[in-house]
Amino acid sequence: MKSDSMNGDSKPKSLPNDSVDLNVARTNLDKMGKKRLWQSLEELSDTKLHRDFKENEFPARYKDSDGINRRDVLKLMAASAAMAGLSACTKLPQEKIVPYVRPPEEIVPGVPLFYATSIPESGGAVGLLVESHMGRPTKIEGNPGHPGSLGATDAIQQASILNMYDPDRAQTIRYDGNLSSWTEFVAAMSNVRGRHIGDGAGIRILTTTVTSPTLGSQLKTLLAQFSGAKWHQYEPTGGHSARAGAQMAFGRPVNAAYQFDQADVIVSLDADFLQTGSGHVRYIHDFASRRALPDGPSSNLNRLYVVESMATITGAMSDHRLPLRSSDIEAFTRQLATAVGVAAAPSQAAANIPVDWLKAVADDLTAHRGSSLVIAGETQPPIVHAIAHAMNAALGNVGKTVVYTESIEAEPVDQMASIKDLVNDLNADKVDFLLILGGNPVYDAPVDLDFLSALIKAKLRVYSGLYFNETSEWCHWEVPATHYLESWSDTRAYDGTAGVVQPLIAPLYDSHSEHEIVAILSGQPGVSSHDLVQNYWQGQRTEKGKAFDDFWELTLYQGYVTGSAFPSVNAALQSDFLKQAPASAGEAGALEVVFLSDPTVGDGLYNNNAWLQELPKPISRLAWDNAAFVSPNTAQKMGINTQDYVELDLNGRKVSAPVFVTFGHADNSVTIHFGYGRLRTGSVGTGAGFNAYLLRTSSAPSFATGLQISKTGKNYPLACVQHQYTIDYEGQKTDKESLAAVEQRDLVQIATLDEFRKNPTFAKHDDTTENKTLSLYPNYKYDGYAWALSIDLNRCVGCNACVIACQAENNIAVVGKDQTMRGRIMHWIRIDTYFRGDLENPEAYFEPLPCMQCENAPCEYVCPVGATTHSPEGLNDMTYNRCVGTRYCSNNCPWKVRRFNFYLYSDWDTKSLYGVRNPDVTVRSRGVMEKCTYCVQRIQEAKIRTTRENRTIQDGEIVTACQQVCPADAIVFGNINDPNSRVSKLKAQQRDYILMSDLNTRPRTSYLARVRNPNPAIRT
Amino acid sequence: MASEGSEKSVVAVRPDPLHGADPLLAPGQTLGSVTEKISSIVIGKGNTTPGWIFGAFISFCLLMLLNTVITLLAIKGVGIWGINIPVAWGFAITNFVWWIGIGHAGTLISAFLLLLHQKWRTSINRFAEAMTIFAVMCAGMFPLLHMGRPWLFYYLLPYPNPMWLWPQFRSPLVWDVFAVSTYFTVSLLFWFVGLIPDMATLRDRATSRIKKLVYGIGSMGWRGSASHWARYEFASILLAGLATPLVVSVHTVVSFDFTIAIVPGWHSTIFPPYFVAGAIYSGFAMVLTLAIPLRKYYHLEKMVTERHLDIMAKVMLATGIIVAYSYVMEMFMAFYSANQYERAQFVERMTGQYAFVFWTLITFNLVLPQFLWWRKVRRHELALFLISLVINIGMWLERFVIIVVSLHHEYEPSKWFMFFPTRWDWATFAGTIGMFFLLFYLFIRFLPMISIVEMRTLVHETSETGPHTSLYPVPPEA
Repeated sequence: MKSDSMNGDSKPKSLPNDSVDLNVARTNLDKMGKKRLWQSLEELSDTKLHRDFKENEFPARYKDSDGINRRDVLKLMAASAAMAGLSACTKLPQEKIVPYVRPPEEIVPGVPLFYATSIPESGGAVGLLVESHMGRPTKIEGNPGHPGSLGATDAIQQASILNMYDPDRAQTIRYDGNLSSWTEFVAAMSNVRGRHIGDGAGIRILTTTVTSPTLGSQLKTLLAQFSGAKWHQYEPTGGHSARAGAQMAFGRPVNAAYQFDQADVIVSLDADFLQTGSGHVRYIHDFASRRALPDGPSSNLNRLYVVESMATITGAMSDHRLPLRSSDIEAFTRQLATAVGVAAAPSQAAANIPVDWLKAVADDLTAHRGSSLVIAGETQPPIVHAIAHAMNAALGNVGKTVVYTESIEAEPVDQMASIKDLVNDLNADKVDFLLILGGNPVYDAPVDLDFLSALIKAKLRVYSGLYFNETSEWCHWEVPATHYLESWSDTRAYDGTAGVVQPLIAPLYDSHSEHEIVAILSGQPGVSSHDLVQNYWQGQRTEKGKAFDDFWELTLYQGYVTGSAFPSVNAALQSDFLKQAPASAGEAGALEVVFLSDPTVGDGLYNNNAWLQELPKPISRLAWDNAAFVSPNTAQKMGINTQDYVELDLNGRKVSAPVFVTFGHADNSVTIHFGYGRLRTGSVGTGAGFNAYLLRTSSAPSFATGLQISKTGKNYPLACVQHQYTIDYEGQKTDKESLAAVEQRDLVQIATLDEFRKNPTFAKHDDTTENKTLSLYPNYKYDGYAWALSIDLNRCVGCNACVIACQAENNIAVVGKDQTMRGRIMHWIRIDTYFRGDLENPEAYFEPLPCMQCENAPCEYVCPVGATTHSPEGLNDMTYNRCVGTRYCSNNCPWKVRRFNFYLYSDWDTKSLYGVRNPDVTVRSRGVMEKCTYCVQRIQEAKIRTTRENRTIQDGEIVTACQQVCPADAIVFGNINDPNSRVSKLKAQQRDYILMSDLNTRPRTSYLARVRNPNPAIRT
Repeated sequence: MASEGSEKSVVAVRPDPLHGADPLLAPGQTLGSVTEKISSIVIGKGNTTPGWIFGAFISFCLLMLLNTVITLLAIKGVGIWGINIPVAWGFAITNFVWWIGIGHAGTLISAFLLLLHQKWRTSINRFAEAMTIFAVMCAGMFPLLHMGRPWLFYYLLPYPNPMWLWPQFRSPLVWDVFAVSTYFTVSLLFWFVGLIPDMATLRDRATSRIKKLVYGIGSMGWRGSASHWARYEFASILLAGLATPLVVSVHTVVSFDFTIAIVPGWHSTIFPPYFVAGAIYSGFAMVLTLAIPLRKYYHLEKMVTERHLDIMAKVMLATGIIVAYSYVMEMFMAFYSANQYERAQFVERMTGQYAFVFWTLITFNLVLPQFLWWRKVRRHELALFLISLVINIGMWLERFVIIVVSLHHEYEPSKWFMFFPTRWDWATFAGTIGMFFLLFYLFIRFLPMISIVEMRTLVHETSETGPHTSLYPVPPEA
């Protein structure tokens, strides 16, 4: 885990001459034996370049120059928060921050405060409320008032807090690999400024997508000062096609904000809008709200068609899904456009597009003019986006289900062109000074640009980021950037709503924000981020003086600027792009490779986040690795299987990857995810996965054809938490059997809308009521509260946010890949995924499974020491102190929701991780069973509070962590002794059912059955 | 070996008339000869043979392996084994049930058959009882070792404490604590009481000071007076009476660990008799596994005769048939009950990923033992030894199938997960085997492996039944 060695050697700043020697590589490979995995030819040939990477794999931990280490800072933070009103001699920031709920003078030890802030993301920020215990942020929750959140977040946003406490974060400023200081850095930057003042021809700044209005304005000011300077933006994933598609369709890069709650018929063209991209948290909410069936059988459902190559959660939520290679989707789009009345240029014939299917979709769309929606995905080229805009226009959806606004980016540019431009300038030796703010282009820039060779031609290179990485390795200055919970900034949400990022804690390390660094260059050294952000907004607002202070305070309090959403713009559709000839779909039969951002670690920024690494990816349920996903047919045809280690060769560029055979993938196509195979990352991400960027070129950023797969004969073990991968081993029998079992066992109750209307109680098991009288004893009477949970399978989109929220709230340990493979993952709530139908295109069903809190709990009576007992409120409590670890309770749990500490999984040694723990929840030791408690600490907190206030707990006053985070609002907790509580009403719905009711364990967790809305015109 | 002298003064014991030419005691045994033969193994010179040293050394090494495992368990936790969620019980509980089952034969032979006046038990009961005690010692370790926090084992005991916390008496694991500890205590007492007169014999025959002292303490002042004998007999019968129900109860309680749970494949009313029969089955197999080499090595064929082997093989055959019936009924009920979970469980057992284990178990426990229908096989040392080994393995696999295979394929298909034993699983098992055999090696070297007293009684009784009733050597008829 840890490397305490001081690594002060200076690093080479130019490419070493020893290039890859294949013979050396082969010899080394022989020496290593069969078992060792290798990542690159550089590694095998042991070039100096790679040796240097390896030696610096674990970032050295330096002590802070002024003698205060991390631990002291944490202590100080805790103490200073407590003494905020008493003392001014602490490291507290001098800026005023405003708590969301209760004012700071009421600070009570043990009672958390919530502050509103936003997490900046390139697709649009999401508003957050961050729980803070004694000045220490511990848990991220969504901000109910923020349009990008509505109280929810996604899994990555939940887990982002762990990055702040990550011991592998960049911690100290370094120059040439040696310790340096902020003062020296400021001096050096001022020197750069002094040298270039006037023209600044050699100055280049590379950022990721900038949505912060303040940063955007700072950079523009800077460019105004240095006429020759250039600002480049590059991010490997993000809304690039969407931006270019809007540019193509409207002549300018407008932003499309979708209104899924208004749409009756939705067609997704490779768009995984529930998982990634701009506004997806809000989109889950809006989409799920149309799946809720509030009035039972008389309510209506929306209908979702998804055309995609790899099975995603969006595809799983669809009523009709068509697996199609990404390169064929353009042809599909053109045909669909023609069918709905958009005169697009005719496409090449694609044999695998089912005509009936397409016609049914087109008919459905045209039947729902103004309430339909066509959305194109990021993997699709701009033309598909443009045609989708044209279809929405033709269907009268503009202004109804899709709203166009100005771009939320500070400066929307074609980022691929931007980085190419930068590389050209670098190669032409035009760059004196390169400032890289965030990102990791050495790792993720298109491989054909050879960014590293270009980078080292810049004379002075500065990198600032949360982690020191492959890029910072080659920069003279490495400056730790602040985490968003440590610094001031501002953001824009998917609809343009501005939000303020206010810090929850002073920077843990010697970190500085992008604002401060840009401020130095623009001649404002020493101005704090707070002042920069506030000054920017003072310039924007009409309020002055006291009125501005009020505005500012309100903004901080609620986390966003009221009414700052962009107004819709009237975007005029151009028509010339429709005449554009279709791209060639590549030779028929050629294998396609599709590049996607990883659903857990993203594009690589979250590579060292253990929560996300261990989070099973939706559908595949794979953790700790990426893989080459292929369909069963393709796998069979090529003779490859899950866990085979193969070499992917795309036009001579090679990378080795494990195969994962997944259901519902388009045939003749391979999907690989970014974010893995990092050479310089922390202890968590090291060794995980392979680098998909090594195949990605600037000309084919989303997919490419012509992939060759060759077997290496090796096996690469994958950590898959559900036995879907048994497709290859002991074969399909197990899957068929498990499919049969799922249906027989009433695990997922499914009906179509018609079936539901005919038989509204289809989900009820016959003997549910009878079972209640099976016991000789009278039922226990729950006098006070009786807690229960209802999970709506029709709303749940399987996004995994609840899993991470639970992990963060309940201090759940991470066990690592090896232990995950051994079946010891610790998540208290898991998203079981079941499939129905054929392997080529099955329906997928998600089932979040927390503890059932059975009234006749099988776990309780077998515990020899009474460590798990029933509470008078119906909770199945776990007493860690009493548990001796016989594990009998787990054996007897039909749902296997209990988790055991086979080893000491909780990290008791890494001090920086102490900070992220919830002080209300025990950190479990080895040998102890643990499980979901319905967040009993939140229940107790509410009980204490309401008892003091001499009242009962109101419905909705307690939300469990999984409920709080759920963007789909699928999880509802409450008191079933109160017939008017939300949970009671949901349980009274006809769709309500409990799992395996014939066991008579009488679970308190019940489910609302899934109702599909298929198009009768499509035969299934 | 010994007893050359006594062989000269021959023959009083006539063949057992009840059993014709097939005696429980070979002709020519006298009080003196059996005493000499048995005690010489313990206190004779030159008995620490290379064979004994070799076997004991191997066992000792395995015991040290067990020490290593226990140390590792204490330092790291039960994660060193292959257990997971859903298979939270693996080798440890399999071994526990297996060892406990093995113990049953000893108690059955020494107590149950004593009450039934089965004379053939005499020459095998002592080492069978020792086997019981050592097996229960091995078994008893596993519930402790398998706990996540074994240092808190006393939470399972009803001890007074200021928080008024008691064990949770509805849990079969608490019943186990009482069942196994009672069983161990009674077995140990019974064994020790039986040893007292023999220790006195050894005390009297011992030549070295230390042996005299040790056996003297062990014999607890036995002088062979009539009142000693009376109390000895009374205590033996009393303890036999106490131990007899334990033959049935202990494995019944162990089977409750499974039947009380709702796991498909565990939740079954047939388990108690099925487990008891299985226990006796495996126990007799282990007795044979030990007896056959022992009688060969120490030339005890005259006391542990072919007839003993034959009877024990018959007991195995009988219990094996009960076990077979149980298997069939278990499967039949799974289908007849129309319980989908049970059905799926048994289909999985027969055709799933652990099917090879199941079919091995069927072959070992049901098919191969059918050779015991042949008298020749029952009396063929090697064949019987191999069959007994096969049954030992088969019974271990049976417990593995019940525990691991049932757990790996339970209710929730998303949590169907394989169990793969680690090297430490094997090491723990091998370690207890080492401990068992080391204890056994020490036992046969330092304690009489056949009850001298009971053999003398047998000599007496068998000779009494003949017309020339005599306890003493008579001159050969001219």
